Parts: sequence; structure tokens; C-alpha cells
Amino acid sequence: MTRVQKMLGTPLARTAAVLLGLVAVLAVLAPVIWGRRAETVDMTGILAPPSAAHWAGTDGLGRDLLARVLVATRLTLLLTLEATAIGVVAGFLLGAAPFLLGRVLGRAVTWLIGMAVAFPGILLALFFAVIFGTGAASAALALGLASAPAFARLCQTLVAGVLARDFIAAAQIGGVGRFRILFRHILPNIGAPLAVNATAGAGSILLSFAGLSFLGLGVQPPAYDWGRLMMECLQSVYVYPLASLTPGLAVVLAGLAFNLTGETIAHSLGIVTMSGLRGQSRRARAASRPGSRRAGPTGPASVRTSGASDWPVVPADVELTSQDDGAAALLSVRGLRVTFPTESGWVSPVRGVSFDIAPGEAVGLVGESGSGKSLTALAVAQLIEFPGRVAADAVRFAGAELTDGTSHRHLLGTSLAMVFQDPMTSLNPTRRVGAQLAELGRAHGGLNRRAALARAVDRLEAVRIPEPARRARQYPHEFSGGMRQRAMIGLGVMLNPRLIIADEPTTALDVTVQAQVLDLLASIRRRDGVALWLISHDVSVVAAVCDRTLVMYGGRIVEDLPTARLRTAAHPYTRALVAAVPTMTTDVTAPLATIPGRPPGPGELSGCAFAPRCPLADDRCRAEEPAVVSAGAHRVACWHVAEAVR
Amino acid sequence: MSPSAVLQNRWVRFAFRRAGRLVVSLWVVVTAAFFMIHLIPGDPVRGALGISAAPEIVAAQREALGLNRPLWDQYRRFISGLFTGDLGNSILKRQPVWETIAVRLPATVSLAVPAFLLALLVAVPLGVAMAVITRNGRARRAELGFVGTSVVLGTIPDFLYGCLFIALFGISLKWLPVAGRRGVSSYILPVVSLAIGAIAILARIVRVEVLAVLNTDYVRTARAKRLPAWQIYLKHAVPNALTATLTLSGMLLATMCVSTVFVENVFAWPGLGQTIVTAITSKDFPVAQAVILVYGAGVIIINTVVDLILALLDPRSAVSEG
Repeated sequence: MTRVQKMLGTPLARTAAVLLGLVAVLAVLAPVIWGRRAETVDMTGILAPPSAAHWAGTDGLGRDLLARVLVATRLTLLLTLEATAIGVVAGFLLGAAPFLLGRVLGRAVTWLIGMAVAFPGILLALFFAVIFGTGAASAALALGLASAPAFARLCQTLVAGVLARDFIAAAQIGGVGRFRILFRHILPNIGAPLAVNATAGAGSILLSFAGLSFLGLGVQPPAYDWGRLMMECLQSVYVYPLASLTPGLAVVLAGLAFNLTGETIAHSLGIVTMSGLRGQSRRARAASRPGSRRAGPTGPASVRTSGASDWPVVPADVELTSQDDGAAALLSVRGLRVTFPTESGWVSPVRGVSFDIAPGEAVGLVGESGSGKSLTALAVAQLIEFPGRVAADAVRFAGAELTDGTSHRHLLGTSLAMVFQDPMTSLNPTRRVGAQLAELGRAHGGLNRRAALARAVDRLEAVRIPEPARRARQYPHEFSGGMRQRAMIGLGVMLNPRLIIADEPTTALDVTVQAQVLDLLASIRRRDGVALWLISHDVSVVAAVCDRTLVMYGGRIVEDLPTARLRTAAHPYTRALVAAVPTMTTDVTAPLATIPGRPPGPGELSGCAFAPRCPLADDRCRAEEPAVVSAGAHRVACWHVAEAVR
Repeated sequence: MSPSAVLQNRWVRFAFRRAGRLVVSLWVVVTAAFFMIHLIPGDPVRGALGISAAPEIVAAQREALGLNRPLWDQYRRFISGLFTGDLGNSILKRQPVWETIAVRLPATVSLAVPAFLLALLVAVPLGVAMAVITRNGRARRAELGFVGTSVVLGTIPDFLYGCLFIALFGISLKWLPVAGRRGVSSYILPVVSLAIGAIAILARIVRVEVLAVLNTDYVRTARAKRLPAWQIYLKHAVPNALTATLTLSGMLLATMCVSTVFVENVFAWPGLGQTIVTAITSKDFPVAQAVILVYGAGVIIINTVVDLILALLDPRSAVSEG
């Protein structure tokens, strides 16, 4: 795709560019074609409404309005370009001031620019209009200077970006003068974004110019631009009310043409814009607002390639039994799939997951980032949002079928609790911690305001937060990370849940705090008999807390086994994960074990997802998805295990 | 509390910092307004009175404006004049400038503030509703329609709205008065003309901000609590989108105060906007200077108030910064 094609990729960009071209053509041709018609006075047809002879009617001297609007294109456009040029040049010089003037003066200029952009452009324009007086040239100068601060700020950002690059440092070391660097090295590199922004800025300047002329501060008679025409039309508003429509339409269309052309090109080329800069500064002021989710850490994908001789180690008691229907389970999931649309079609990061969690049981789910474990948790909790889609043969929780199309709000609100990975961003920064707990009690526990708050304080105490009554009145930012996660767990046990889903609850915390949080989860589970589903990339975390472990890879559960048997796991991936955890007896002189390669992305799968990284993989592994073999409480999806069993 | 403990208090420190910034900004505006007259090319008095004015009158006017004194002395008098309410006399009307300001400023404020409130009242619910409807790429058509409409409506200058409304509601339908400031009905057209563009811009920003908040972890937490949808949006999402909305609203109110200049001239509204246009065209510099000063100070005061509200609303923001 060429640069031009890319710039004009969208219909909107094309429309805007065509409109802009039309304005330019009119500016050149209109005075030649309609110049005389626009000046022809006809005292017999004053202020006539639209007719066949005069499509837009006539003005106070009987002159054809449409012709005058078309002819005025040239003057309007020339003045707009003049003002824009003044603004860009002044803005460039001001924006480059920190570079040219050195630190102290540069900072003063930067401060002044920062102050000037806080004033509405029209106020700056009026300020300069007082100085320069009325008239077309004065108005162009006033508007140019009024737009200079915005251009200056843009240039500052652009110049700072170029200055950070190596060739500037090289030029400086080479003793090249500042002005030479500015014009030979910096200007060529900021030229394109500056031009694009100048195009967008010209739209606003055109509109402002129309405003000044409309007030009588810009173009003076007998000359006329669109703004002046609108002013004259307003004077005759009682006779011909809609006369100002024609010049008004011209102003809006031309303004939009400039604006949209600039903005769409900037968007398609990924150029920083002045409107974007405004957004940035707003965001900077909203400073510490927690933003996007922190990327999950990569799991300890590590293993010492196990020798072929230890394989296969299938536990002796493996028997093939059909899976039960999970009737006794608290949570029973069958064939869960999660799908998302992408530009290249639908992908399924979770591809058929089945497991049970018994009442009071602690189950771990381990896997690397991207294995689909968090999505599995969100899907079970019915928290996958549009456009994601969840399909399952069955998701039964506490006797209810969650996939039956009804919302089960009350059941999920009371009996299912979620603890998320990042306590820094999972609590609402603008609400008091106590209130965030209490609202759950009010929504689902049938508690009134006071009882809910008392319960919240009690729960904060239960998760070992000191001075819970005082803490409940504080905001999340007054809590430490570990305390916030304990508050999240407190939220989880606000009512009496039957299952707590904890998704990487310790990942964002310090190592010392991790142990406290795990300990807290384990003790709550023991005390209240709550089932715990702990999701982690860290086998050792799961091993410390859980009775049973599910191992997930490439969107499927590859092994489901009692935690006590992790050391004798059957699946090569599980074995690799376990071997990667250093213990007290690990040989510290040997390099840390790793699993070579990386996990597959959704959509690049054929056969066993682990095959590309598996030391045992053969042709069948690469071609066919392994079947699940199960023996009592142990399930494995691996061809080698399946064959050994057979 | 001991004095040092008071200084340690972050609110006190914030108040001092913000007050310092306010004073410096006001000083810059005052200084700019003062030098404005001296930057005028040529002789401002000659310019104001015309070439045909008698030399004695010019000299007297120059004396009255204090232009014969040393620059530093003029500056000192100008600033002390601000404290005593002496802004000089109008060249044209020969009456104290502050009298004009005292009559005209309320008219302008009474236009800008209702327009601003109307804009907030319409734009914020509209932006939130559009964010909810179009979140996660739902309802693509509604999104396109909204963004397209708001871009066009936001581009149309307010004086054009004014002209259209006069033509439509004032002259064709004869529903509403089109000129002057008499009675509540005379406010409707100018206020709506001022508000429409602001609504379009603000609603677009609110939608983007709320969309960003709807994707945060704490909204997911609120969803995990299975709260009713309205609680998730109004209690959890909207307050967090307010910071940015308010900052922008401050800019918008400042712009609206000055934008009244157009609407006032369309609707023959006796406010500061008409005053400054007349002052510029008739070169009545003391009046122009004073109006610019009032506009500038107004912008600074609005910005300060917005900062204070932000600090009160958002416990983490400005108070803890720097």
C-alpha cells in the first residue's frame, strides 16, 4: 500500500480530501468565473429569496448571494492560510525555544506557553485584535499569534521526540551549531506531523476568522469573506431570514474539510495531534487513575529436559473409567469454550474444558500466561463480556445450570466470590473501602446500610486488617498492596460464599506478603468450609494450598491430578513445570531449568498444543489432538500416556 | 497544631501552592493587559481621536491616560488602580470604565453560566448513555451516527446557530424574542446557541472517558458483585470519569464566557462581548483593556475553582502531586 493510499484509506478521509480539493479549485476559479456577477448591483431585486435566477437569493444591493459566497472562497482561504502560516512559524520558533535558548530561558518560554494554552483561543485573538486593530491583515496576524501557543506545544512535543534520537546526539558531538541542527536535522523530521496538524488547525482558524469578520473586526468592505457575508446577511435577517445559511454552510463545510483531512491523515499515519495533546494533559492531571490491566507475568516455563528413560511414568493405579456426571460437585464444568472475534476470524483461547470442584475442596489451576486459565475463570463466573462468547455443554454451580440463559444474579452474588490479580486496580479508587464491601451486603445480603457497614468492618477484621473501623472509612490508595488484597478477600467473604475463585491473587504482591495472603485464603477455607479455586502460573503456590491441581496448556486442561502426586505427574508439560521449581536440594551450580520455546497463540494449533516444545513429540502428537485418559481422580491428555495405558 | 505541623498538612501545602499559582497567573494577565496599550503600533490617542482632533484635546487625553509618565510609574498606577477599582475612563463615553464593566459583566455571566449548566446537564447523561450503548464495539451504527453528528454539530460556530435560531424561531415562527435582554424568554435562544456546540464536544469526551473506565479492573469487580447495571454505571464508572470531564468542563466554561462575544452580537445582548467589539472598532483602549483583563481573570479563576473541586472530589489527585 502506498503512503497516499494509506492516508486516504477510509471513506471519510477521501470525502474530506475531495471537499478540500473542491474548496481549493473554487478559490482559484470562482473569482474568474463569477467575479462580475458577484459585483452586479440590481436595485430592483434587493434581498430577494432564492429563485431560478439567484439560487441563494440576493443581498441588500441586489447582488447574487451564491456568486458572492463562491467568489469569497479565495479571500477566505488566503487569509486562513496566512494566519495558519503565522501560527505555525511562531509556534515552531516558540516550541524550539527550549532547544535554542538553553535551560533557564527555555523553561520560562515553556511556562508561558503552558499558561497561554489555558486561555481560550478567541480571547487571545481579541487581545491581539486590540493591539493590531481591525482589518483583514490585522485579523490574520491576531489569529496567527493566537494559534501559536497550541502549535508551540505540539512542536515542543515533536522536537523533544526527535532530540531523544541518536543522530541528534551525533550531530551535537560533531559540533554542529544549534540553528543548523534545528533546520537541517529537526525540521525535516517533524515536517510531516507539523503539516498534518497545520491542516487540521487551519479548519479551526477558518472558523475563527469567519467569527472575527462576522463581528466586523476582520475583513472590511468593500472586500468580503464568508464571515463578512454572514454579518451582512444578519443585518437583513428580518427581510430574508435564511440568507446567512449559504455563507454559513460554506464556512462549516470548509472548516470540516480542513479539520477532517488533517485528523484522518494523522490517525492513519499514527501522528500525534493537537487534540490528542489536549487529551494527554487531561489524563496527566487525572494522574494516578489506575489504567489498563497489568500484563500477567510469564510463568516459570522451565524444565530440565527429562531423559527418555524416566518416561512413561504412569501411576500404577491408573484405570480407565468414564467420567461421572459431576452431580455431587459444587461446580461442574463440561466442554467450556470461549471464543473471541479477531480481524482474521474467530479464535478460541479456551477449547473444551471440563472439571469438577467438590464442596470445600481446594483446586489449583496452573498454566503459563495465555494458556486460557483466567478466561476459564471469567467464563465460569459469567463475566466474559461482548464480543467474547462462551459456550459449554454444562456449567453447574450449587445446583443451578448457569448456561440456561437466565442471569442467576443472586446466586452468583451470594455464593460465588472472585479475588482478582491486581489489588491496586481492582478496588474502585473513588469509593471508601468499607462502602465497597457493604454494597454487596446491601445488594444480595438483604442488609440495611448500617448492618452492611458493620458486616464490612467485621469482615475486614476477619481478614486481619488492623483497626478495621477506621480502615473501612479510608480509600484504597491509603491501603498497602497486601492490605488491598486482603480487603478484596474480605469482599469475597462478605456474604457466605460456597466457592472463592482467586485469580493470581498473589502475583502482584511482594514475596513476604504473598505467603500471608495464601495463608489467609487457606485458613478461611478451613474455617468456613468454602471451596477454593486458585489460579496461578506458579506450581509451588498451588502445591502449598490445593488438594487437587488442574494443569492448563493451550486452552485445554492437559492434566488433572491430586496435588500430592505432582512429583509423579504423567504429562510431560506438568513434569516440566514441576521440575522448573527450584527446591532446597536443587543443584545451584546447574543452570535453572527451562521449557524451550513459547506457548502457542490461539489459532495456531494442530494436534497436541504442547507438541512443538515436547521432547517426546512424534508425528501423531503433531497431527491429532490427544484424547483424555482418566483413572479415578487422575486425568491426562497425552498420546504417550494413552498408549502406555493401553 | 504547631505551625510546622500545619505546613506539613498536605491540604495546607496544596492551598499555598495553588494560591501562589493563582497570584502569578493573575499578575501575568494584568501585565499583558497593561502592555497591550503600549504594543499598539503608532499613537493610540491619535488613533482613537482621529487625525482631525485638535492638538490640545489629544494632549489632554494623553494626560488623562497617563501616557506622559514614565512607563514604570504608569505600571505602578495601573496596578494600584486595580485595587481601588480605578480602571480609567472610557475615551468614547467619558465615564469610568468600571461602571461599564459593572453593568455589562452580569449580563455576560447570566448568559454563559446557564449555557454551561445546560451543556453539562445534556452532555454528561448523553455521553454516559452512548458509552454504555457502544461499549466493547456494540452498536457500531449508533456509535458512527453519534460521533458523526457530534463532530458536525461541534464544528458549526455558535453565531451561525444564533442566525439560524433567529431566522427560525424568531422571525418565521415568531415564538421567541431575538434581541435584547428582557425576561426569561429572551435568554432561551442565546443560551441554546452557546450550548449546542459545547454539548457536542463534551458528550464526545464523556463517552470516551466512560468507555475507558468501563474497561478497568474495578468495574469488573463491580460486575463480579452482580450489582444492578445502573449501580455499576452510576456509582462505579461515572465518578471515575468525572475528573477528566471536569477538567474539560472548566476549559469549556472559560471558552463559553468569551464565546458570548459572538452570541451577544447576534442577539444584541448588552454584555461584555458587545462592549469589547465596540471598543476595538472605535479604538476605546481603556475599555478594551479592562474587558480583556476581566475575561483573562475570569479564565484563571475558573481554572482555579476547577482545580479545587478536583482536589476535593478525587482524594488522590492534585493534593498529593509535587
